[in-house]
Amino acid sequence: MDQAAILSGLTDLFREIFDDDALVLTPETEAADVPGWDSMNHITIVVETEQRFGVKFQTSEIEELKNVGEFVRVIERKLG
Amino acid sequence: MSTPELVWLSPPPADWNATLRDVGPLADPAAWNALVALANFRLDSLATTRLDRRHQALFGDEPPTGLATRPVRLAVLASSTIDHLLPALRVAALRRDIWLHVHTGEYGQYGRELSDATSDLHDYEPDTVLFALDAHHLLAGCDAGAEDVDARFAQVTDMLVSNWRQARRAFNGTIVQQTVLPVFPRLLGNNEHRLAGGRAGLVERLNATLRTLADAEGVDLLAIDSRAAQDGIGAWFDQMLWHRAKQEVHPAAASMYGDLLGRIVAARQGRSFKCLVLDLDNTIWGGVIGDDGIEGIKLGQGSAIGEAYVAFQSYARSLARRGIILAVCSKNDEVNALEPFEKHPDMVLRRNDIACFVANWIDKASNLRTIAERLNIGLDSLVFVDDNPFERDLVRRELPMVGVPELPEDPGLFAQTISDAGYFEAVALTGEDMERSARYQANLARETLKNDTTDVEGYLRGLNMELRWSPFDRVGSQRIVQLVNKTNQFNLTTRRTDEAAVLALIGDPQALTLQLRLLDQFGDNGVIAIVIGRFDEGTGDLRLHTWLMSCRVLGRQVEAATLNVIAGHARVLGAVRLIGEYVQSAKNGMVREHYARLGFDLLERSAAGHTSWALALPDFQPRPSFIRTVGV
Repeated sequence: MDQAAILSGLTDLFREIFDDDALVLTPETEAADVPGWDSMNHITIVVETEQRFGVKFQTSEIEELKNVGEFVRVIERKLG
Repeated sequence: MSTPELVWLSPPPADWNATLRDVGPLADPAAWNALVALANFRLDSLATTRLDRRHQALFGDEPPTGLATRPVRLAVLASSTIDHLLPALRVAALRRDIWLHVHTGEYGQYGRELSDATSDLHDYEPDTVLFALDAHHLLAGCDAGAEDVDARFAQVTDMLVSNWRQARRAFNGTIVQQTVLPVFPRLLGNNEHRLAGGRAGLVERLNATLRTLADAEGVDLLAIDSRAAQDGIGAWFDQMLWHRAKQEVHPAAASMYGDLLGRIVAARQGRSFKCLVLDLDNTIWGGVIGDDGIEGIKLGQGSAIGEAYVAFQSYARSLARRGIILAVCSKNDEVNALEPFEKHPDMVLRRNDIACFVANWIDKASNLRTIAERLNIGLDSLVFVDDNPFERDLVRRELPMVGVPELPEDPGLFAQTISDAGYFEAVALTGEDMERSARYQANLARETLKNDTTDVEGYLRGLNMELRWSPFDRVGSQRIVQLVNKTNQFNLTTRRTDEAAVLALIGDPQALTLQLRLLDQFGDNGVIAIVIGRFDEGTGDLRLHTWLMSCRVLGRQVEAATLNVIAGHARVLGAVRLIGEYVQSAKNGMVREHYARLGFDLLERSAAGHTSWALALPDFQPRPSFIRTVGV
């Protein structure tokens, strides 16, 4: 799965989580850009991403996941 | 480990999201019913959250008017993060047509809130209180080698009992205590219990003690430890989530967590299911009794599949012994359906285990109405178990209040699936429960069935059925021989054949041969009907020697669609008349009037009960049917 496909999959997921079909993600998108992306929803994003992509984040990696680009990078590393 | 899924519910349809969007905008009973229907699918946590959002927007503050169930005000008293579980709690109640409102206190403040009569908790006046206390909180201060372990343990249990009593005094409702998840790694190993103070061992001890204490105090347990034992603790507890968010229950387990509580809430309102209605063929034995006969069905020792059916029957009988009523709803001639109950040596279930026995050819939704009426219980007390997705879907559509579990292919998993669904959740067992089944049986006699108003036509229209026909060919010959030789019930002449005879018909210009396959929205039912006829140029007659069909597709207009295909072929051959024969056998009484139903005229009737029938082709109008016919 390449970066574009991962970003597309994450976009679908974020749209479901935030119930917003117009949501557009870029690698630079971070919590402050998405209404409702708080610490509670961050856990939801992490857990749902694990389920959707069939990966498991390590505790240390979760600290890295500050923006969408980081999600893409870590997922790509795990799938690669 | 595996994510705990609500496997007994069917996966959400493609338009689930669109349907959810269209619910409302009025918070009326129609919107509520639509949400209840949407809740009765196998939802993941995201879908559950979306559904809850709509539910909260419409019914967040008050239930719809005229609800048949009692609204529930639930206080969750927790020691760690539980916000991620709340949508699943409300949706699990919604699934049961129950409106549930949740109040949560501050984490770890439940002791103060309970004892302070001016707290928000007291203001809220819950009728149900759930103590959701995590393992780290309960066993804080316990460690290997600590002194006074027993005293510390007694403090924990005393605190729990004291919580329960305070809650009971203040609110006088249902008290539920969550059991403790085994989240701690072991220090000793298999014999962990020998290590005084070790927390892994103490969790086991605490869970055992809880069961005794809860019974003595009239408290219900939410047994997540039992469920985690089934799914694997990794499916319920994730160290990362604990360290990061103090979530003890994994979000992916939220739906199951909610459903477990929903069962207790429903059971406390007397809303658990009461009756298990069983299909027969391929549900409690393997094969089709009407075709395979008592020697041919798979049941009993000697094969794994036969033993699996025995095990499922044993589970049903155990349910009966603890108060669940058993009924049978089968498409069969009654005499055939009863035969295994009376004569098969490996049957666990016997006729007198079944409080209501319905075997006929009427649609199953009508028969379930009859069963509920005869047992004098509501349709919402019935759980209907059938291996056939067509029947399950028909019943779900016609009778949404009936519990209809999805069944796995493997009969070895039937019992576990019924158990996992929690239909028969009971919070108390009385002597009366244990006797209930016997009482129902004693009161019942068999009655004549009346038809009812099931909208089978509407259902068939939506099934997207396609009948694919082709002449006999070499590839199909084995299946043709098998079907011809084993079909007993829907078989007009019961003429048997062999492969050589089938192959001889291929390419015979005077022969009409058809193998028919039925497809529908559930998939391919395989070859389900065979027709063989012979055209006589001298008379212009096409005589149907063989017409047979699998009973699995009975009542779906396959007969009419098949006749349309036959008539088309006969005309191409140059026939002016179809001649049908009925040769009576011990098992084919159900098709005695087959040709009459299709509009044939009686030609002659012999003393032995054989009949022959004619249909003029020049005036033939295709029979109405919702099935598309396609030649391949």
